[in-house]
Amino acid sequence: MQINKNIAISESGFIFNPSNGDSFSTNQVGLEIIRLLKDDKGKSEIVSELVNKFQTDSATLEKDLGDFFLMLRNFQLLNE
Amino acid sequence: MIQLPYERPFIQKLNTGSMNKFGTKTEFAPVTHLESVAVSKIIEEYGSPCFVISERQIRKNYQNAVRAFKTRYPKIQYAWSYKTNYLSAVCNVFHQEGSWAEVVSIFEYNKAIQNGVDGSKIIFNGPDKSENDLALAVKNKSMIHIDHFDELYMLVALLEGTDQKAKVAIRVNMDTGIYPMWDRFGFNYENGQAWNAIIKILAHKELELVGLHCHIGTFMLSTSAYATAAYKLCDLAINIKSKYGLAIQYLDLGGGFASSNTLKGSYLQGADIIPSVDDYAEAITSTVLNSSFNKDELPTIILESGRVLIDDAAWLIGTVVATKRLSDGRRATIMDFGVNLLFNAFWYDYKISPAQEFTHHTEDMVIYGPLCMNIDCIRENINLPLLNKGDQVVVHKVGAYNMTQWMQFIQMRPKIVLIDMNGKTHILRENESLETMIELERMPDHLKNINSKV
Repeated sequence: MQINKNIAISESGFIFNPSNGDSFSTNQVGLEIIRLLKDDKGKSEIVSELVNKFQTDSATLEKDLGDFFLMLRNFQLLNE
Repeated sequence: MIQLPYERPFIQKLNTGSMNKFGTKTEFAPVTHLESVAVSKIIEEYGSPCFVISERQIRKNYQNAVRAFKTRYPKIQYAWSYKTNYLSAVCNVFHQEGSWAEVVSIFEYNKAIQNGVDGSKIIFNGPDKSENDLALAVKNKSMIHIDHFDELYMLVALLEGTDQKAKVAIRVNMDTGIYPMWDRFGFNYENGQAWNAIIKILAHKELELVGLHCHIGTFMLSTSAYATAAYKLCDLAINIKSKYGLAIQYLDLGGGFASSNTLKGSYLQGADIIPSVDDYAEAITSTVLNSSFNKDELPTIILESGRVLIDDAAWLIGTVVATKRLSDGRRATIMDFGVNLLFNAFWYDYKISPAQEFTHHTEDMVIYGPLCMNIDCIRENINLPLLNKGDQVVVHKVGAYNMTQWMQFIQMRPKIVLIDMNGKTHILRENESLETMIELERMPDHLKNINSKV
């Protein structure tokens, strides 16, 4: 699972996909996940990084990541 | 390392298009307190979900409605529509304010009596009154609003040979220019049925015709329909006076004034399009004042408003059970309340607010209830912050009809709480329990043991 490397991400959570012109907005946690994906981190690495950084637990993150990946896939931001 | 607050990851596609010239109305400002009481505290104390009623708002609504009519017309009387919300405490707030009772069944009638309402201040409407019901209403000198000829003849037969007299009115249905026309109740004005009923009543000395009644619809967005209704009742009353010399004591215009809820399919928010009580009052009172009643024989105008007086005086507070993603990508949020408690969610797009602070991110979602039934949908599309399991929400303006039309289906019904004039909370109705549910059930002996076969 890889995120499209050519997407542009701003500090404020604005995302632009130059291959089809789509733009998106994401929140801070979403932005963090996309950055980690760009660094080729896997799901378990993302969970452990986020558990350290945010006030949450791995069970919640597992659930929320599944949903977030589904949306990235729907928006054609993931290569599989 | 200091950990940052967590919000579940969220991504939303940005769409470009023409701007909405009306602007977008944000509905997701958090409502953490109801009057001065914290939502979280109410849930902690009384459970979730929970209906919360504001005594202050009820009284304010009532006083405003009375002012709207009394400043325009000298003889006004409200009768609280029991079916809208017949919790005894709610009824008693209205009765304390001076409202009579308007009931549509013997159950509601007896409830009004139990609440201490004098029988002569009860208006008995509805199509289903038994002989015993009528006998009680006659004895108590209640106003009986006759719905059909069968009821009229039953009443005549009941009183024949006695020295009792019944105070009666007829319910009149009519074309007021709105659709649908509620012609299933009462006697029709246009085809002469109403006049026929009046003649029959006047021919019986046991019946004292004291009023004329109509109830032209519900959630009426047109005030002119009330002007038409008032005109037609006035026409009947003036004809009665000129042909029989009888001055009608009251015209009962019924209810039907809209609350500020938003109807499903409405382009604009309810609050932006509904007439005010003053608008309805102006239409009705100016019509009656412009009729040719003698100055000293002006009839009392009775109003049976329900929805407009109670809808915005109650909230339903609840909790998110779960969130999930539907197959088409939409977010679904499951609440611990559904159509079992919010019957009016079938026609209203209820305003729902989060009860805690969120970031500025919001998403479109469907709000489902907890019932394992496909019909259990509270909002098909609503934009709210990123709700999570355990978050609390407030549903606004739920005071009318939900606490009477709610269903004990799958889930049990929760507590109803009142916030009084001093901000103190009181339980008005306990939550149901398994014991409540099985109290009326009976078990045949041969079915008591599930391990024995007949």
